[in-house]
Amino acid sequence: MATDAFITGIGQSEVGRGLERAPLLLTVDAVKEALADAGLGIDQVDGVSTYPGRAATYLAFSPVGADELIDTLGIRATWYAGGAEITSQLGAVVAAATAVSAGLARHVICFRTVYEAAAMKRPEEFPMRRPDRVEGHSQWTAPFNAMSAANWVAQYATRHMYHYGLTREQLAQVALTCSSNAARNPRALVDKPLTMDQYLESRMVSTPLCLYDCDRYTDASTVLIVSAADALDEVSSEPVRIAAMAGSVERHSWDQPELMASYATGADLWRNTDYTPQDVDTAQLYDGFSFLALTWLEALGFCELGEAGRYIEGGQRIALDGDLPLNTGGGQLGAGRLHGFGFAHESVVQLRGEGDERQVAGDPRVAVCTSGGGPLATALLLARD
Amino acid sequence: MPATRPLPRLDRENRDFWTGGELDELRIARCADCAGFVHPPRPVCRHCLSENVAPYAVSGEGVIDSFTINYQAWHPAMEVPYVIARVALDDAPGVILTTNIVDCAVEDVTIGDRVRVVFEQQDDVYIPLFQRCT
Repeated sequence: MATDAFITGIGQSEVGRGLERAPLLLTVDAVKEALADAGLGIDQVDGVSTYPGRAATYLAFSPVGADELIDTLGIRATWYAGGAEITSQLGAVVAAATAVSAGLARHVICFRTVYEAAAMKRPEEFPMRRPDRVEGHSQWTAPFNAMSAANWVAQYATRHMYHYGLTREQLAQVALTCSSNAARNPRALVDKPLTMDQYLESRMVSTPLCLYDCDRYTDASTVLIVSAADALDEVSSEPVRIAAMAGSVERHSWDQPELMASYATGADLWRNTDYTPQDVDTAQLYDGFSFLALTWLEALGFCELGEAGRYIEGGQRIALDGDLPLNTGGGQLGAGRLHGFGFAHESVVQLRGEGDERQVAGDPRVAVCTSGGGPLATALLLARD
Repeated sequence: MPATRPLPRLDRENRDFWTGGELDELRIARCADCAGFVHPPRPVCRHCLSENVAPYAVSGEGVIDSFTINYQAWHPAMEVPYVIARVALDDAPGVILTTNIVDCAVEDVTIGDRVRVVFEQQDDVYIPLFQRCT
């Protein structure tokens, strides 16, 4: 769908592993930064959107819900939403854009707060409540000790290697590129570029995914403010238009679908806009696992199905000074597991030319950002036009 | 192999799948009207919306569609490495089972290997695992 919604403010809390500051306060920090960025007061905000809402059985995954933030900040919301049954993390931004386009709200705070690293350090404060028996879709994986998305994604990566010849050296370019960009981002967790030798010698998690192919638990909050076209005169920042958006769910299953949901979503995105992949100046593609970013490159049409390994071979094409600078803030592999929202945040940074040492040259005007992969997928095309 | 497995909570939709192993049967829900398979099992056929869905014993043979060797101990009691695989069942088109490939060296597993079901009982659950056919 083409939209007349804009991202007018971005904010991010401190990013760390094992932070002491409470997750609600991290969220408030990010909100304050985003409001200052947009030049808005909290009394001008009339909507809130989040993913996946407060996760009561495992607070570390999502410790703050929209209810709590609305009450904490005294927001008078005419529209709000938060939940996991949506087309992945950035689905919360799609919902907000739809709401402002429909006139249900004028300025919507979209947030994603994660606290998994702190919870690992302080399990007594953030217990994981494990049920005696598993149910729902996890019953089809957990009894086989396929416990993690690492295992589920790994099997798609194995197939890609078998059918299309993807190599570990090609896959490594995602992690290498992300760490190299992260080293230029003062808020990123990783501060040194990874070498190919370090990558190839690191321990395996789930073949072919090694340690550096997996993002790591992070504590942070990321906020985006989505505003209606007729509310832009209240904003002092340079708005970035959500030029197109798309999302899909593939049975919400990690094993039945032949292809991940990203492929349908990527194709749909271009049906909703006059822009084409050739117009994209930078891509911020979900890399909770490196292989997901590869599938997004194919899904969005930057290369053909099966060609992503050869597309990123050597890393020049996706480097900061390459044809398609990828995950310029470090992605989740480098900047931390901001869980989807970081890709939209970084897109806005780049389109505004605020990337400092990691700024893409040549006045970028169009960025694509995605979240998910696997059974859920969302893509946003952002433009300064 | 892993020492412990999280077990599914049995309900009216999944009970036949998880207990068929007691009779050495791998049961996949199937629509009696259109013959389409419905996995995960639901009370309605996802192909024709019929409610005439019932468990159907398949041969238990299939092909490895993909796999991964898991090296990460996700909890302290876990023994690694072990193979997680997606198995495409011969006689249930479109159905893929996530499972473990057992009774062989982890490095012997390859895409395209033919496999056959074996059941591992834990409490009231019979977990369908697969062995390579030799």
